[in-house]
Amino acid sequence: MYDMKALYEAASVENAIALRLAHPEAQIVAGGTDVFVQMREGKRAGKELISIHELKELSGICIDEEENIRIGSLTTFSHITKNPIIQEKINVLGEAVDMVGGPQIRNAGTIGGNTCNGVTSADSASTLFAWDAVIELTGKNGKRYLPIKEFYIKAGTVDLRVEDGEIQTAILIPKASYENTAGFYIKYAMRNAMDIATTGCSVNCRLSPDKKTFERVRIAYGVAGPVPMRAPSAEAAANGKPVTAETVDAFAKAVLEDIHPRDSWRASKAFRQHIAVELARRCLIESVKRCGGEL
Amino acid sequence: MNIVGKSEVRVDAFDKATGRTKYYDDLAPKDALIVKIKHSEIAHGYVTAVNTEKAEQIPGVVKILTCFDAPERPFPTAGHPWSMDPGHQDVADRLLLNRHVRYYGDDVCAVIAEDEVAAMQAVRAIEITYDELPFVLDVQDAMQDGAPQLHEKYKNNILAHTQIRNGDYEAASKEPGLIKVEGWYDTPTVQHCHIENHGCFCYEENGRMVVTSSTQIPHIVRRVVGQALGRPWGDIRVIKPYIGGGFGNKQDALYEPLCAWCCEQVGGRCVKLDCSREETFVSNRVRHAIRTHIISFLRPDGTFAARKIECFSNQGAYASHGHGIVAKGMGAFPQQYPCPNVEGDAYTVFTNRPAAGAMRGYGIPQAMFAGESHIDDCAKALGVDPLEFRRAHLMPVGFKDGFSKNELYTDSYNQCLDKGMAYIDYARKRKEYANQTGPVRRGIGVAAFWYNTAVFPISLETSSCRMQLNLDGTVTVQLGETEIGQGADTAYAQMTAEVLGLADYKKAHVVSCQDTDITPTGLGAYASRQTYTAGFSIRQTGLLLKEKILKYACEVTRQAVYNMDIIDSNIVRITDGRVLMSLSELSMTAQYNPVHSEHLTAESTYTIRNNAYSFGCTFAEVEVDIPMCKVKLLNIVNVHDCGRLINPALAEAQVHGGMSMAIGYGLSEQLLFDPKTGRPLNNNLLDYKLSTFMDHPDLEAEFVENYEPTSAFGTKALGEPPACSGAPAIRNAILNATGVAIDTAPMTPHILFARFSQEGLLHDD
Amino acid sequence: MAQYKLVKCTINGKAVEKMVDVRASLTDMLRNDFRLTSVKKGCEVGECGACNVLIDGEAVNSCLYLAAWADGKEILTLEGLMNPDGSISDIQQAFMDETAIQCGFCTPGFIVTATEILASGKEYTDDELRKLLSGHLCRCTGYQNIFRAVKKTMLRRLGKTAEADAVR
Repeated sequence: MYDMKALYEAASVENAIALRLAHPEAQIVAGGTDVFVQMREGKRAGKELISIHELKELSGICIDEEENIRIGSLTTFSHITKNPIIQEKINVLGEAVDMVGGPQIRNAGTIGGNTCNGVTSADSASTLFAWDAVIELTGKNGKRYLPIKEFYIKAGTVDLRVEDGEIQTAILIPKASYENTAGFYIKYAMRNAMDIATTGCSVNCRLSPDKKTFERVRIAYGVAGPVPMRAPSAEAAANGKPVTAETVDAFAKAVLEDIHPRDSWRASKAFRQHIAVELARRCLIESVKRCGGEL
Repeated sequence: MNIVGKSEVRVDAFDKATGRTKYYDDLAPKDALIVKIKHSEIAHGYVTAVNTEKAEQIPGVVKILTCFDAPERPFPTAGHPWSMDPGHQDVADRLLLNRHVRYYGDDVCAVIAEDEVAAMQAVRAIEITYDELPFVLDVQDAMQDGAPQLHEKYKNNILAHTQIRNGDYEAASKEPGLIKVEGWYDTPTVQHCHIENHGCFCYEENGRMVVTSSTQIPHIVRRVVGQALGRPWGDIRVIKPYIGGGFGNKQDALYEPLCAWCCEQVGGRCVKLDCSREETFVSNRVRHAIRTHIISFLRPDGTFAARKIECFSNQGAYASHGHGIVAKGMGAFPQQYPCPNVEGDAYTVFTNRPAAGAMRGYGIPQAMFAGESHIDDCAKALGVDPLEFRRAHLMPVGFKDGFSKNELYTDSYNQCLDKGMAYIDYARKRKEYANQTGPVRRGIGVAAFWYNTAVFPISLETSSCRMQLNLDGTVTVQLGETEIGQGADTAYAQMTAEVLGLADYKKAHVVSCQDTDITPTGLGAYASRQTYTAGFSIRQTGLLLKEKILKYACEVTRQAVYNMDIIDSNIVRITDGRVLMSLSELSMTAQYNPVHSEHLTAESTYTIRNNAYSFGCTFAEVEVDIPMCKVKLLNIVNVHDCGRLINPALAEAQVHGGMSMAIGYGLSEQLLFDPKTGRPLNNNLLDYKLSTFMDHPDLEAEFVENYEPTSAFGTKALGEPPACSGAPAIRNAILNATGVAIDTAPMTPHILFARFSQEGLLHDD
Repeated sequence: MAQYKLVKCTINGKAVEKMVDVRASLTDMLRNDFRLTSVKKGCEVGECGACNVLIDGEAVNSCLYLAAWADGKEILTLEGLMNPDGSISDIQQAFMDETAIQCGFCTPGFIVTATEILASGKEYTDDELRKLLSGHLCRCTGYQNIFRAVKKTMLRRLGKTAEADAVR
C-alpha cells in the first residue's frame, strides 16, 4: 500500500490538464517506477497523485509532418528500443534506454517520466541532449515547445508549468538533428544491469561525404553536473576537424573544460573526470565507425 | 543402495516451481496488526525524550511502544547452542528497544497499527530528542584511548582478544637471509541479501506465544524469545516455514523478540513485523569487515621461517556472534600453511556500525582474502609461480590439528589444484599473459581455501531425528536442521532412503517445517554442518527403526532378524534373496495386528564429537581495462573436496551460489557509511551492488570426492566453502594482469582508479 | 477517507472484479485479495524482481504498479502456468530438472519473465538471454542453472532438441 492521499486518474490529456489545475499540489505519475519508489521512501508520502498512466494517446512513435521523430511521452523504454523508426534513425536512443534498470523497469518506465524527473543520471537524457531534442508540453493554453536544454532548470526541477496545468506530451527529434548522423552511448556503471549511471556519455557525429572530416559532433553527459549537459568545448575541438586520432584525443580532453562533476559517495570528482574523458574518446570512435568512417 | 550420490530433483522443486510454497508472509493471518520500527537517526547517543503525541493521533495506530517502555532485560541473539558454562555463553547486550542508541538504525520505538500505511505515518510522526555522542566507524580508531565507548564493560571497545603463540616468532624472524613480505588487507561490510527479507508474526494461543518466523534456527529462537520476554522457554513455540534464503543473517534471533513483545502488549493479538529491504541491510546483521596485517619471513627456498598475523574485526554495535568469526579466520592461518613460529592476535571491536553476525563462511572469506593475497605477494617476492608456491607449502597430507583433532587424510589440495588448473588451462595462459603492455590486459589467478565443517569442539554439536514408518511403507522424517534453500531436505530424504533400504528417496517424507512443539530439538542451519551432522542422527535413527522393523518382521515371517534386510522397500530374506513381504504390508500388519499392534517409530539424538576439514580452490581469469578501471571476469572455476556428494546436482548448485557471492565480495559489494553522520548510504538493492545476471561469466563447479572417514555418509562441508576463495583468486588474477596488488576488497573501479593512478598506469594529462 | 475503485481484469485467464483501495499496489491486490502468493515481496521498489507478473504479456514489477491500473488488463502470475489438470509448463519443469531452484523465493518472478521471453518464439544469444533475465536478483544460484533452464527450454521450443540436450 502506498501512502497516498488521493488518486485522480486522467481519462484524456484535457482531463489531465483540468486535474492539474484543480490539484496543483498533486504529483503526476506515469510509469510509476520512480514516483512509487519515492513514495515508499517517505519523500512523497501522503501526496495526491494524478495518474496519466492510461493515456494511450501519449504512447507511440511516429514521424510527424515536419519529419520530426515524435515520441509520445508515455512510450515505455522497451517500446522505444523495439521501435523500427528509432532503430533506423536514432538507434543510439533505443540502445541508451535499453540500459535503464532491468527489463521489467523498461516495460513500465516511460521516457516522459525519465525526463520530467529532472535527474542527471537518466539514461535517456544525455542522448536527448546530444540530439537537440525538443520537449512538447501541453497545457490550458495549448502546446509549448522547448529545447531540452531549457526544459531542465536545476537538479530535480523541469519547466513544467503547474499554473497552466501542463503535462509533457511528446519528445521530438528534429530532422536536421538525426539526418546522416550516428551516435554511441556508454553507460558507465558499477554493474552491467540494474544500475544507475556513474557517468553516461552520448556522442554523435555527421561526417563529410568523403568521411574525412567531422561536419558536426555533439556530446552530452549525464552525471557530469547537476543536470544533463552538453560539452561545447569538446564539440568545438572536433567540428570541422579531420577524422583522426588527434582530433579524437583533443575532443576527449576538451570535455574537462565543460563538465563539473562533484565528489559524492558514489564517485569522486577525479574519477568521474577521468572516466568522462575516456568515455568521450570511446564514444566518438564508435560514432565514427557507425558513420562509416575510419580511425 | 545407490540413492545417495544421485542427482535427484529437490523434494520441494514442484511446489517452488509452481509458486505454492508458503513462506511466513504467505501464512500470516490477513488481520494481523502491523509493527513498524522507529530507528535512530544518529549513530551514537542517548534518547532523552520521545514525543508520540502526533503519531498517536493517526487513525489506525493501536499502540506505540518506546525505549522507555522496554524492560531492562538484556538478551543475546547469536544462533549458538546454549552453553552450560556461563563463561561461554553469548554476550547478552541487547534490549528490545534502546535508550542508548549505538548505530544509525538502532531500534527506538515500535508502532503497532492496523495497516502498514498508518504504521509508517506514525513512525515518521514520532519525534525523538537525543543527547548526541561522538561515534566511531573504523575498527582501529575504535581501539584508541579516548575513542567513543559503546559498551561500558568493554574497555577500548574490545569485545575480545585472542592470541596464537607457536614457537618463537621474534627469534625466528632474525634468522639471516630472510625475505620479509608484509601486507595490510581490508575486507568490506557486506550483507547477506537473501531475497526474502526477515520477518515474523506472533500470536498467543492458550497462554503461550506462537512465533512464525523466517529463521534458520527455530529452536534457538525459542530460547532467545524466552530470555527476552522473561518467560519460561516452554511458553514459546517457534514455527519455521520455508524461508527465502538466510546465509547466516537468520542465524540470529532478529526481530522475533520484539515482535513477540509487541504481541504481549496488545493482549496476544496477532502482530506481524516485516523488515523492509532497507532495514535488512542495516538493522539485521552484516558480515564483519576485517582488517588483517600479515608479515611473513621467507627463506630463499620459499619455506616460512616465521609468520605474524593481526586481525581487527569490526563488530559493529552489538556482540551477536562476536569473536567467533575472527577467531575462526585466524585459526586457519597456522594450519593452512604450517610454520613453526607463528604469532597471531585477533581483536573484535565494537564500532557504531550495524551489528555483524554470521555470514556464509564465518570469517574465512576475510581470512582467505588476506591470507591468499599474501601468498601471492610471497610468491611474487620470491619470483616463483604462485601455484607452485602453494603446492610446496600448503598443509601436507597427514597434518593433524591439535585442538580440533581434524586430520587431512588425503591429498585434497593438490587434487583440487590439478583439476582447476586443467579446466582453466593455467600453465598456458600464465605464460601467454606474461609481459603485457596494452591498455587491456588479461591475467589468471588462484587461491586455495581452508575450511572446517562444523563447530566441534568449540560448541556442542548435536542432532536429533525422529522417524515413523507410515502404513504405505514410506517413512516420515523430522530433524531440527533446517531447509533454508540449500537442499537439506532432499539430502535427508536420500540418506534416509539409503539407510532404510527404501526404493527411492520419494519414499522418505522429510517434514520441512520445524515446529518447536513437534520437531526434535536441533540447532538449525548454520556452519556447513547440516548434511554432516544430520547424517549421524539419520543413520543412527534409521538403524534403530530398521531394527524395530526387522524385529517385527521376525514375528510375522518367523525368519531370524539377521537373515533379513530391507531392500527396495521390501523385507528380503538375504540368504536366498526372496522377498518376504513389502514394507507396506509389514507396516499395515504391525499397526492393525489385533494381538500386538505397534506404531513403528524411532527417535534418537547423536552428539557429534568429530569435525572435518573441507578444502578446495578457485581459479579466476580476468580482463582488466586499465583506462576504464574495470575488471571483467572471463572464467572462474571452483574445485571442492567435500567428501562424497550426496546429490551432485545440488552440490554443484550450492557451489554456483557461493561463487556468485565471492564474486560480489571481490568486485562490487560493500555497505557504505557517511563518515560525517554514520548513516548508511546504500542500503538498498540498487546502490548495493549485488551481482546481476549480467555480471558473471559461466560458473564452473568441480569436485574431488575423497570419502570423509569420520562422516556418517562420507560427506563434509560444502555450504560455505564456495564463498571463500573467489575474491582472492580474482585479486591475484588482477595482480597477474597488471602487476598491481589490490589489497582492498571489493576491487571496485574506484579502488582500481586510485591504485592505477598511484602506479602510473593512467595517462591523464 | 478511503478511496476505492472497481477493478475488472483477467487474472490467469479468469475474468474477475474487485473493489480495491486505490492505495494498493498490484502486489497487494494479487497477494491479499486473490491469495496469489507466488507474487513475492523482496524490496517493493523494483530492484529484485520477485513480484514480477505479466501484464498484457509484458513482465512488470507489480510492486511499482497500481492495482487501479489493472483495470482492463490481462494479468498472469506463476499460478496461471499450471493447467487445470495439474500439469505444468515446460519452463517450470526445466527449472526443476536443471536444479535452477534453491530457496525458491526469486523463482516465480524468473519463471514469469522466462514465459515472456519464450513466448516471443525467438532464438536469443547467450548475452541477449542474460540481459532479458537481468531484472531479477538471486542470491542462491549464481544464475547459472536458471540460465541453463531457460536456454534449454528456448531451444526445445524451437525444435532444437539435440542442441538443448548439449547445453550444460
